[in-house]
Amino acid sequence: MSAPTLSTSSMPVKPPQHDGPPPVARREILVRNLRRNLSAHGFLIGAVLCFAFFSWYPMVREFLLAFQKNAAGRTTWVGLDNLDYVFHDPAFWQAWRNTLLFTGLALVLGFLVPFVIAIVINEFRHAQGYLRLLVYLPVMLPPVASVLLFKYFYDPGYGLFNGILHFLHLPEQQWLQSTSTSMLSVVIASTWMNMGGATLIYLAALQGIPGELYEAAELDGAGILRKIWHVTVPQTRLILSLLLLMQIIATMQVFTEPFLLTNGAGPEGSTTTVVYLIYQYAFNFNNYGAAAALGLVLLVLLAGFSAAYVRLSRDSES
Amino acid sequence: MRSTWFRPTRRRTAAAALVSALALTALAACGTSSSDSNEGSGGGSSDPSAPLDPKTKVTLTMDCMPPAAKAAELREWKEDIKTFNKQYPNVTIDGKSTPGQCEEPTRFTAALKGKSQPDVFYTYFTDLQQVLDNGGAADISAYVNAKTVPALGSIDPDVMNVLKKDGKTYGLPTSNYTMGLMINRKLFKQAGLDPDKPPTTWAEVRKDAKAIAGLGNGVAGYGDYSATNQGGWHFTAEMYGLGGDVVSPDGKKAAFNDAIGKQVLTNLKAMRWDDDSMGKTQLLKWGDLQKQISTDKLGMFLAAPDDLTYMVQQLGAKYEDYGMGPIPGGRATLFGGNDYMIKQGSSPDKIKAAIAWINFKTLTPGKGQFDWARSKSDKLPVGLPQPNFWTGDTKAGDLRSRTDNATMPVENFKPFMDNPVKGKAEPAKAQEIYKVLDNAMSGVLTNKNANVDSLLSTAEQQVNQVLAN
Repeated sequence: MSAPTLSTSSMPVKPPQHDGPPPVARREILVRNLRRNLSAHGFLIGAVLCFAFFSWYPMVREFLLAFQKNAAGRTTWVGLDNLDYVFHDPAFWQAWRNTLLFTGLALVLGFLVPFVIAIVINEFRHAQGYLRLLVYLPVMLPPVASVLLFKYFYDPGYGLFNGILHFLHLPEQQWLQSTSTSMLSVVIASTWMNMGGATLIYLAALQGIPGELYEAAELDGAGILRKIWHVTVPQTRLILSLLLLMQIIATMQVFTEPFLLTNGAGPEGSTTTVVYLIYQYAFNFNNYGAAAALGLVLLVLLAGFSAAYVRLSRDSES
Repeated sequence: MRSTWFRPTRRRTAAAALVSALALTALAACGTSSSDSNEGSGGGSSDPSAPLDPKTKVTLTMDCMPPAAKAAELREWKEDIKTFNKQYPNVTIDGKSTPGQCEEPTRFTAALKGKSQPDVFYTYFTDLQQVLDNGGAADISAYVNAKTVPALGSIDPDVMNVLKKDGKTYGLPTSNYTMGLMINRKLFKQAGLDPDKPPTTWAEVRKDAKAIAGLGNGVAGYGDYSATNQGGWHFTAEMYGLGGDVVSPDGKKAAFNDAIGKQVLTNLKAMRWDDDSMGKTQLLKWGDLQKQISTDKLGMFLAAPDDLTYMVQQLGAKYEDYGMGPIPGGRATLFGGNDYMIKQGSSPDKIKAAIAWINFKTLTPGKGQFDWARSKSDKLPVGLPQPNFWTGDTKAGDLRSRTDNATMPVENFKPFMDNPVKGKAEPAKAQEIYKVLDNAMSGVLTNKNANVDSLLSTAEQQVNQVLAN
């Protein structure tokens, strides 16, 4: 194998006639690369096809559907009619209010509780494995089983929670059956069902923090809260931010929990969420155009929200 | 060390937006598939009004074949195909069965959109507009006559009219129902009430419900739905019972914010909160009340007679423990039912074969589903008041045969049968209206301090908006 020739500034440089190797050589390189990575390309094609059929195509269809109407077996373009329908639906603003309420409550509970639990578990020297398992167990339960469990807990007639309140001589609650507590009850159940995953991620992040930082903080006389504020939070900021963003996106699309716990609507429609409204348009009212239009509104808002969040974070950093 | 997360680039901003977009992928799964018009091979008469030529070879895919779990019904289905094939040896019936209901609305809607419904598909009376909007059903007007369906003249015209639009016929009925008051006879007796005289007014319902709830042990006197649009559905039935309506005759305005609407909600609120006779658990949907009454935890609820079949076959209830009376008020009652439609684009021979089979299986007195003697020998329920779409002599003959072969005490349904209430169809945009009215129902059933006037007025505004939309 010959040593590579090096050009220096003193040597005359001949301008290249082609960008890269000649076509024949390029083809050969391509064929060689393809052959060498045949199985990888096979997998890649499979994945691309799957995404194309099951993700990208439906997304394009959804976009088109938002501006179409199916009537008498014919698809017609209706411009912004579907969006107009959606914005004039009396349930539209209520669904948004409910969704934002869910997102707000889920962020307070679903974001903070796992973080606090992770900090507590991290403090245990022994039995940490058992605690991790304990926290993660609810995630392993099928959501329907968890929901059935909470439905029983919340039942105002025979439920466990009211049983406990009764035993303690406290006033019983309507839980899912009152407009004032229905969404909070859904959030509590949802947090319980989903916090295991977040807790484990936080725990992993916490365990990556060098112990010397805490020792240094202790030497400076910091207590528990100051250690959390000045060491734990900054050190886990990346993961916290990522999870916060993901949680906002996920909670804005909440469907399963209110659908299963309150049949989607709850008392006086107090747990109707935007995604449940999309479901209703499509499958109860057979109005796929409206469903697609509302899906598009949600998509645009979430994409805009995500971009704004990232921009805000950058600004706050600078 | 500072987090790199807080130094995002423009590209990262775009990536975050893309992440959001991908996260929403699930929302977008509303695709349709291409149409499948599986034609039968022709060869018969070109005259639509002529019955099918027995020599014509046709294969029909057909909804609602009984599933394997319904062994007796499936045996009868197969027997009927054998008999049918003696007359039409070249017609192959390819039955499709579903484990639950013959039509699950979400699956049905998807099939309709994708044009993947069977050649002969099963629908609810309320589906016609949706089917026509999707170009789903063939116009069978020219094919349906006294030659192809001999008992056509005996079918209740109200029922046939539900299956027509602009004078064209799109379906043939298989069953129908009107709503009444289902009662638990055991609880009536225990509460010292006469189960042969179910209440016929809401004042009586309230009184009896209170007496039944007085039995304690978690027993509710009366139950009602307030979720999944079924609260609105029952509110509508209750309005009809008292002579009211939910929309104006021209269908353009809400019509329930009146004294009758107020009476319906005030009465339910009083039963729930003043009398405590409706149980504590609310936001109930179809299936919940059937479970409660089947386990002797509920005294009464509004139902159709076929709810009892579900209770007996699926929930282990016994026919003799239940009875039915007319809907309280008795001015009108909500009616509905099921039918078969034939896929648009089917060949004339296919349409003829389908009508021949539907006629044989579901529209011939004494045969198919009306062969009550066979149902009795197969230990299937006989004696329920419905389906009941016949009129005149045909109706009398069918009822006689039904009573002669009854496998349950038909006298339990005497109050319902002896006081027939005129059926009234559901309003247009029914599901959208019901969704709004669910809120009014859940309002009075979950909030002790609910303001009936305000609930009705909000619902009125919203329904008007739905109707204007």
